[in-house]
Amino acid sequence: MSSDTPSNPQRSAAGGPPPNLPHGDKGKDPDWANGLKQLYDSVVEEPLPDSFQDLLDQLDTKN
Amino acid sequence: MATEKRTASEKADFKRELTEVVPHLRAFARGLCGRADMADDLVQETLLKAWAAQDRFQPGTSMRAWTFVILRNAYLTDMRRNRFRGEYDETVAERVLTAPAGQEEPIHLSDMHRALLTLPPERREALLLVGAGGFSYEEAATICDCAVGTIKSRVGRARAALNAMLAEGNIPKRSIDDNAAHRAILEELDDVAAGQGGGRN
Repeated sequence: MSSDTPSNPQRSAAGGPPPNLPHGDKGKDPDWANGLKQLYDSVVEEPLPDSFQDLLDQLDTKN
Repeated sequence: MATEKRTASEKADFKRELTEVVPHLRAFARGLCGRADMADDLVQETLLKAWAAQDRFQPGTSMRAWTFVILRNAYLTDMRRNRFRGEYDETVAERVLTAPAGQEEPIHLSDMHRALLTLPPERREALLLVGAGGFSYEEAATICDCAVGTIKSRVGRARAALNAMLAEGNIPKRSIDDNAAHRAILEELDDVAAGQGGGRN
């Protein structure tokens, strides 16, 4: 049983228009295009390891 | 070479702006090389290089675009030295997979990422810049030091390849490990590197 996968009541049988497709800027974006943005954004939103700030602070004190 | 000395406040601005783009550098790097640890190494390398070159940064221009150029060049250099094999990091995608809610047919991001990593680097980076980073074709062309038409064609080919792979579920498991594929990538890299810095009109 897959209790954590929500069932999808809106799936239409024969390819009806998707209910809430965001208006793609250039025609139709395939499904994965959104996934690509998610992949990128999820990294952008990750908490930043201290090592980066540490490195910049080190560089800053050297100069 | 004009080496103007920067004022303290300009240096502070530089540091602040550089700090702000780190999350984007990480995202771009992860898309390029696929592994979180290697991506972060690449970002560290980029920060060092950007810091050393800070006199060449024009205040008021895009820090993100400027540092992406540095990151990209560092990636290409490292890739030639065979440091990155485009290995796929399963944990990254799995974490991401838990994120989407309310998406009709949740695309398997792990599949997508793996498919992305099978693309030749210059198509992958073009797609990342335009499709994920939100750069315009013009900006992406500047970052990759090529013509706008070239970027459009690379993005188009990348999209077509991903469409084919994802629609057919035909994603190579680890095609980067395959010698032939890897050689092909290195050859493409030679082309990329040859076109870079030449400043041909």
